[in-house]
Amino acid sequence: MQYSSQSVAKPYFIAAIGLFLGQILFGLIMGLQYVIGDFLFPAIPFNVARMVHTNLLIVWLLFGFMGAAYYMIPEETETELYSPKLALLMFWVFLVAGAATVLGYLLVPYATLAQYTGNDILETMGREFLEQPLLTKIGIVVVALVFLFNLTMTMLKGRKTSIGLVLMMGLWGLAVFFLFSFYNPSNLVMDKYFWWWVVHLWVEGVWELILGALLAFVLIKVTGVDREVIEKWLYVIVTLSLVTGIIGTGHHYFWIGTPEYWQWWGSVFSALEPIPFFAMTVFAFNMVNRRRREHPNKAATLWALGTGVMSFLGAGVWGFLHTLAPVNYYTHGTQITAAHGHMAFYGAYAMVVITIISYAMPILRGRAANSEKAQVMEMWSFWLMTVAMVFITLFLTAAGILQVWLQRYSATPIPFMAAQDQLTIFYWLREGAGVMFLIGLLVYIASFFVGGNEKAKAA
Amino acid sequence: MSGTFTKSMARNIFFGGTVFFALLFLALTFDSMQAIPKRDNHANLTPSVVAGKKVWETNNCIGCHTLMGEGAYFAPELGNVYKRRGPEFIKAWIQSQPTGAPGRRQMPNFHLTETQLNDLVEFLKYSSEINTANWPPNIEG
Repeated sequence: MQYSSQSVAKPYFIAAIGLFLGQILFGLIMGLQYVIGDFLFPAIPFNVARMVHTNLLIVWLLFGFMGAAYYMIPEETETELYSPKLALLMFWVFLVAGAATVLGYLLVPYATLAQYTGNDILETMGREFLEQPLLTKIGIVVVALVFLFNLTMTMLKGRKTSIGLVLMMGLWGLAVFFLFSFYNPSNLVMDKYFWWWVVHLWVEGVWELILGALLAFVLIKVTGVDREVIEKWLYVIVTLSLVTGIIGTGHHYFWIGTPEYWQWWGSVFSALEPIPFFAMTVFAFNMVNRRRREHPNKAATLWALGTGVMSFLGAGVWGFLHTLAPVNYYTHGTQITAAHGHMAFYGAYAMVVITIISYAMPILRGRAANSEKAQVMEMWSFWLMTVAMVFITLFLTAAGILQVWLQRYSATPIPFMAAQDQLTIFYWLREGAGVMFLIGLLVYIASFFVGGNEKAKAA
Repeated sequence: MSGTFTKSMARNIFFGGTVFFALLFLALTFDSMQAIPKRDNHANLTPSVVAGKKVWETNNCIGCHTLMGEGAYFAPELGNVYKRRGPEFIKAWIQSQPTGAPGRRQMPNFHLTETQLNDLVEFLKYSSEINTANWPPNIEG
């Protein structure tokens, strides 16, 4: 490691992986509740499990992004972090706040939690993905501001690279758009309209800047390709992301009481949204093919290539599948949406965080790369998790197509639960693929404990 | 990419493109704000509906159900449930949960008061009257 302050990234990465495991366990609980409806009821009702599943996802990705930024920014700016102590302090604040929130979800009825945490002062709770109590939301803002202050101060005193700039823009954007989570008007249409300014403008907007920056950083390191070339690609990719993604928000404004011209704006621009992801895939493979060095960390390179491919499939292809308004009219809010959500989050954001962890963690532990044995194990985990996610997506897609047919498209539509009963086989298969995913994740975690031989010493 | 297309050109296109499309999005949003009042059923946004929305939120209904297609996909769409089932059925249904039928999906009992039940029903009625461009395709949601 070039700068000693980069080491603050380590606890962030460890927390990210721990919370990732929690996310998957709750995913498996929910998957089982889809077929054995009363499983763990009333101890953990589905809505609680889902809240934990999705909130843990968001929080572990944020831990990953923050760890990535603390690792990358000193190297990009060629200077030590403004305040490593502040970074460590914020780590504990965020971890304790996150843990307390999850325990609150699990141990207290949600209505009671809302009452005790000031929801009556400012009503922000009970909206998908933004279920956090007011106190937690304020905590997130505080952590984000201190984090951004720390990095911005570092940036100001050091070298300003394009990767650093794009990363910082993504992170600032993340914080700014989160502020819309405090706006919850009684008018449901307005509520939904601006709710998407957090959710969509995060994952199909500013998060893509973070994604691009992380990928570009790792590709420079593992391929040795000229920074000028990689940063030019980065600008092209993030241009395509925002040019398509900002107006692409319109694909959420089809059926929620918004003007119908959004069906045109949303369809056209979101049909273009696969392009930046395709460019990312081409970029990753191109850079690896043009590599000027053989970096000993093969696992990190595999994750980087995987991010390109899986984000294109999950966000690009599966997004396009149901984004055109005439199609979305039938698929909106079905298992098709769930299929897309799973592969897109895994392919784009889970994988890019694992990519940077895979690259940085060995260095943080004092070696350029892990031992051959540990890397082989990590690559096994790559294939297990990735193939499992492909199957999860395919089974949910099959369930979704059948659901749309039975409940929405056929001449004699049947009620929701009657349709669900006929999808059981696909839900069982999805749960099986979910178990495979968990095994992959356990193999991934185990790979950290496989001893390193002395071959690859610190670079 | 050839040498004639430089990084600074790419950067300029990035900033220019982002600003342009962000402004376009803001303009469309401004226009939407003018058009939404014609569709959003705000005339029926009574104190009871506002209270009902809070009941909806503080019991995390969105954690299982969808509302206008948004939410979780574990339980039925409720944006049009008022039209599908009517007020009395909705209240009776909520009060009779959980069914306890072995192996079936269970909805918790949220111990809502009569006022809360009425407010929630009013909220669902208001929601069902928002102009959603004819979505969902049929009454089953």
